[in-house]
Amino acid sequence: MSPARSPEGAQVPIGGTARSAKGASLTRRHLLLMGAAAAGGTLTVARAQAPREIEITAQRFKFTPNVIPLKAGEPVVLLIRSLDFAHGFFVPDLKLRTDLMPGRVVRLALTPREPGELAFLCDNFCGDGHEGMDGHFQVT
Amino acid sequence: MQRRDFLHLAGLGGGAIFSGALTGCATAGKPQDEFYFVQLSDTHWGFQGAPNPDARGTLPKAVAAVNALPQPPDFIVFTGDLTHTTDDPAERRRRMAEFKQVVGELKVKTVRFMPGEHDASLDRGAAFKELFGDTYYRFDHKGVHFIALDNVSDRGTTLGAEQLAWMQAELAKLDPNAPLVVLAHRPLFPLVPKWDWHTRDGDQALALLMPHKNVTVFYGHIHQEHHQMTGHIAHHSARSLIFPLPAPGTADRPLPVAWDPAAPYRGLGWREVEAGGKDIERIEHGVSAA
Repeated sequence: MSPARSPEGAQVPIGGTARSAKGASLTRRHLLLMGAAAAGGTLTVARAQAPREIEITAQRFKFTPNVIPLKAGEPVVLLIRSLDFAHGFFVPDLKLRTDLMPGRVVRLALTPREPGELAFLCDNFCGDGHEGMDGHFQVT
Repeated sequence: MQRRDFLHLAGLGGGAIFSGALTGCATAGKPQDEFYFVQLSDTHWGFQGAPNPDARGTLPKAVAAVNALPQPPDFIVFTGDLTHTTDDPAERRRRMAEFKQVVGELKVKTVRFMPGEHDASLDRGAAFKELFGDTYYRFDHKGVHFIALDNVSDRGTTLGAEQLAWMQAELAKLDPNAPLVVLAHRPLFPLVPKWDWHTRDGDQALALLMPHKNVTVFYGHIHQEHHQMTGHIAHHSARSLIFPLPAPGTADRPLPVAWDPAAPYRGLGWREVEAGGKDIERIEHGVSAA
């Protein structure tokens, strides 16, 4: 099952090596940043642009944490790991979803655009308690 | 006098009549034979808990009420979640066998079963197929086409490419003007995605149905009546026979509505569906404590 994508989010397989044109341009950007840092000390800029990473654990029948504060406009990368089941991770308002295979970490990039509450839930039926496996991003 | 005329005149003994002018079954061709069937849904056999202190008594009450109908239906459909989910494959089969025993008391012996995710998602429909047969299929009755879909055996609650291809091939055999009834467990349209009340690839099924002029969908899953149109297609969800759920989107989570001792069985029920005539007509019944 392939992950959904949206303008606000994109999935990046962990440990993968980007060979696409997009990957090539990222590499070039890194080189430019490194060059600029060597010439005058903008390394802090490169660090500031790295999206914040947030770890989420999925386990029958809860996400931990299940309330996650975010800032509008701030790009983040979710590192989601399932401990016990092929749960789903679905953010309906962003039309963003992925499957969570146990033992693998899924990286999910997203940038909330507006303050408010963004619900997420497990959308792969996982047993008696599935209906309560959810959470939300609190965007300020 | 037709049965429906009689029911209208008689005030029908406990149910409420709703006419379905939404998707009439009138066709330009030959007249249809009127008939009716019964829909029961979300019985969750094996459930135990405060939301229904009479969990083992509610389904038998509905069976008795159906058996007491003055004229028997032509057939009966169960639109999924026959049993409550369990991780134990042996217990799942035990619940299914017990459910079959209970509904075996129905006088009408033509009964069609569909799975819900509680029956089929954890083992991809294996136990359901053993005890009830195919999870999706098509049949015809007195000029009305029926197509039963399985949007639960995939854990991701999709119909899947294989079933969609089958559906497309089956629909291609039908007169697009003929009445068509679709049976499924989950809503095919995105009712409340944040409660997982949708079918992930339901839009593809609805696209396949669009060329058909007279389509009515009967489904379960949401444990309450809900009526919605997508284009010219009417969608009617059924009440449950275990516990009601909150109205769409009105709570944080779709968790059971508490049992009210002052109004036991409130929100539970089943329906008759008049078909084959000019209109689809629903007759909704509650569950009585008696």
